[in-house]
Amino acid sequence: MLKFTRRQALGAAALSPLATISPAALAATPKDTLVIANQITDIITCDPGECYEIASQILMSRVYDRLVRYEAEDMSKLVGGVAQSWTVSPDAKTYTFKLRPGLKFQSGAPVTAEDMAFSLQRVVLMNKTPAFLFTQLGWTKDNARTLITAPDAGTLVFTITEDFAPSLVLNLMSTLAASVVEKKAALAHEKDGDLGNGWLKSNSAASGAFRMVSWKAGESLTLEANPTYRLGAPKMKRVIVRNVAEPATQRLLLEKGDVDMAMSLQPDQITPLMSNKAVRVESFPYSGTWYIGLNCSDERLKNPKVRLAMKYLVDYQGMANTFLKGRFNVQQTFLPIGLMGAIPYNPYKLDPAKAKALLAEAGYPDGFEIRFDVPNTSPFAEIGQSVQQTMGQGGIKVDIVSAELKQVLGGYRTRKHQMVIMSWTPDYLDPHSNADTFAHNDDNSDSPKTRPLAWRNHWFEPAVTAKTKAASREVDTAKRIAMYEDLQRIVTDTGPFIILFQPNAVVASRANVHGYKPGIIEDNYFYRTITKA
Amino acid sequence: MSAATTATPAARGRVRRFAGPVRRVAGVVFSVLLTFLGLTCVTFVIGRVMPIDPVLAIVGDKASAETYAQVRAEIGLDLPIPVQYWRYLMKVLHGEFGTSVITSHPVLDDLLHVFPATLELSVLALIIGVVVGVPLGVFAATHRDRWQDQVIRFVSLLGYSMPVFWLGLVGLLLFYAKLGWVEGPGRLDVSYDDIVPTITGLITVDSLIAGEVEVFWNAFWHLVLPASLLGYLSLAYVARMTRSFMLAQLNQEYVLATLAKGLSPWRVVWVHALGNVWVQLVTVIALTFGSLLEGAVLTETVFAWPGLGLYMKNSLFNADLNAVLGGTILVGVVYIGLNMLSDLVYPLVDPRARDRW
Repeated sequence: MLKFTRRQALGAAALSPLATISPAALAATPKDTLVIANQITDIITCDPGECYEIASQILMSRVYDRLVRYEAEDMSKLVGGVAQSWTVSPDAKTYTFKLRPGLKFQSGAPVTAEDMAFSLQRVVLMNKTPAFLFTQLGWTKDNARTLITAPDAGTLVFTITEDFAPSLVLNLMSTLAASVVEKKAALAHEKDGDLGNGWLKSNSAASGAFRMVSWKAGESLTLEANPTYRLGAPKMKRVIVRNVAEPATQRLLLEKGDVDMAMSLQPDQITPLMSNKAVRVESFPYSGTWYIGLNCSDERLKNPKVRLAMKYLVDYQGMANTFLKGRFNVQQTFLPIGLMGAIPYNPYKLDPAKAKALLAEAGYPDGFEIRFDVPNTSPFAEIGQSVQQTMGQGGIKVDIVSAELKQVLGGYRTRKHQMVIMSWTPDYLDPHSNADTFAHNDDNSDSPKTRPLAWRNHWFEPAVTAKTKAASREVDTAKRIAMYEDLQRIVTDTGPFIILFQPNAVVASRANVHGYKPGIIEDNYFYRTITKA
Repeated sequence: MSAATTATPAARGRVRRFAGPVRRVAGVVFSVLLTFLGLTCVTFVIGRVMPIDPVLAIVGDKASAETYAQVRAEIGLDLPIPVQYWRYLMKVLHGEFGTSVITSHPVLDDLLHVFPATLELSVLALIIGVVVGVPLGVFAATHRDRWQDQVIRFVSLLGYSMPVFWLGLVGLLLFYAKLGWVEGPGRLDVSYDDIVPTITGLITVDSLIAGEVEVFWNAFWHLVLPASLLGYLSLAYVARMTRSFMLAQLNQEYVLATLAKGLSPWRVVWVHALGNVWVQLVTVIALTFGSLLEGAVLTETVFAWPGLGLYMKNSLFNADLNAVLGGTILVGVVYIGLNMLSDLVYPLVDPRARDRW
């Protein structure tokens, strides 16, 4: 047959791709630039009147200033943002805000009450996702322009038609939706009466700490320090948030110094990073609530004794001490610690004997078989397995049905589940945000106006709903807090939720990055305090 | 009297000579249209029966029922599926692919933005795949069942069966994190971002046009690793195919005859035998290129490469139907285009095919 000479063989082999590689120059991130690796593909709009995704909430809260807010310096105290001071009428219906004088938009135009009124009105008029925050106050498309007014350039007055506690209304005015948008700029780009929504999806007309330079969907979002920001220009001149979908890639970029912070690391990446001196791993409490929903349309789960028994068949502390260590803390009420009124009320621990007795009393001495919908991502899957194992100790045979998160949610939203594990985060820093979903269900029909978690689990308790409503209206803040403490106990004791954990946000940064102290919700992930040594 | 009967024989000959290509073009156009129709129809229906709610993808969990209804009507989901499909088709015929939900840009703009990123990656990968894969395949064939052949077969089998995801991470760990030979994930370092104006969308080309040599090298070193990885995968396929095509050729009698006539083995293999293999290889290469252009989802995920694959994945996960459909049509166009291109190339490598033109 054919024979090759050695020279001929080498000729073909020399074309290997690796033969052409030479060392590439190493570039750390520039000194005045902060580069963050995060998953930001959920951003679908940059309009603060429309934003409702995690990444857009984080980033647009840096770009826009708002009526009132919690600041990085003391996140437990509500202070003025655009507003300097405010008064509430004795009937708690009319709110008057005095604006800070001399505030400027990034365009150089002054911030006026006219802009603020327009910004609140447009949230209601556009009727995008965040609109419900304001429409619950009684504002509608027809009355928004008359109920929200600017009598002069420095005064904003609005009137609500529903009964609401002032502390709750003010917390609603601390959401991203209450951002001030430059009216003239928005209207200059208005198309078909969209109040500038189309343009603001990828542009900004803001007065916050950072200016949005560019948003390349699925790629990056670049911010630049606003030198005229009312609290002083941020230390970092530029902040670039790069979309890096894969956590393992985020870790490599961080270790290499090509990014300064990595926001979406998983335990597999975090553990090895702990021993890396160039990197610092920190965890911060987050406002999430992880729970198991029990559908009360199921004859067995309708029985309060069965639900109580199941609450004794979960190894809360065991999980928190092992595979969830450092990332989750046991919190068995529907309010995460850090939210007004939250109490560390944790009455349940794994107790199969007690659970068995309760099941026998309920008429199920031999337990039963039940379906458990579990998203196929970590740590839902691991928690699901632990729960399956401990439920078995009480005689309950749990069949895990594992699926994509969106698919599990789909079934849950249409109440097709028996048992489901899910997480929840509040929409704003007020206990009502969670109470309104965990402890509120005034229409258990299949097509109600709102679909709170209590509705999803067929938990129809008018007395509890009434308590939630009363708490949202209580003018006296101390009394209001006491009402939420009461509600938390009721839901934990009798509700259709096995409430498990409050998660931590785990952030890894280069050792020279300092000053990042995020609050418990995305709105308060401040970048302006960050410095690089 | 009709025009045809008065035509001279020469003119009739001309008509006949043109009739072939015209029929060919008509045939191609027809098959393209049919493919499109099938493509859009299947994708559209699959998109509509997916267990993901596109409205919820926009409004989120907490929106009121009214907001939900408003958005549902805005994107036309309240209409029956055939009506929705018909509307979509009409728009596409007018060059409108709609607006992407997740980027809020027209889908066409998005595709023009992400496709060059994938193209840049694929072209380099294909070059690696062909320039290395074909000689390896030939070499393996000429050393059939000897250790050289075993090694090449093992290497290409490895490229075939190794999970891309894992290979990408290991590659990054080794060449980027440990050795520092190449740049990391992404198309450029942040400090080089937005320096070069976009003309072709291929950063390596644009940077050279702008005369920014430093940007070019940065882009190049970012490109090398993912392109080599994809190149390795296509190499594996190309080498295996080349090997089997070559084996078939080398067993033919003409090979023995030319060798007996005293031609050098080198010439017999690389000119005569390989020359006959090119026709089949062109198809293999075109299809390899097609699958590369489709966007290597996992490679683009690992390397944070903002290309077509990543775009399609994000769109799919967010039930962004316009984007998914637009991307699918683009991939369809690419495949059809490559098929036509390989048809065009046949005559260049096979004289017999020239007569057909």
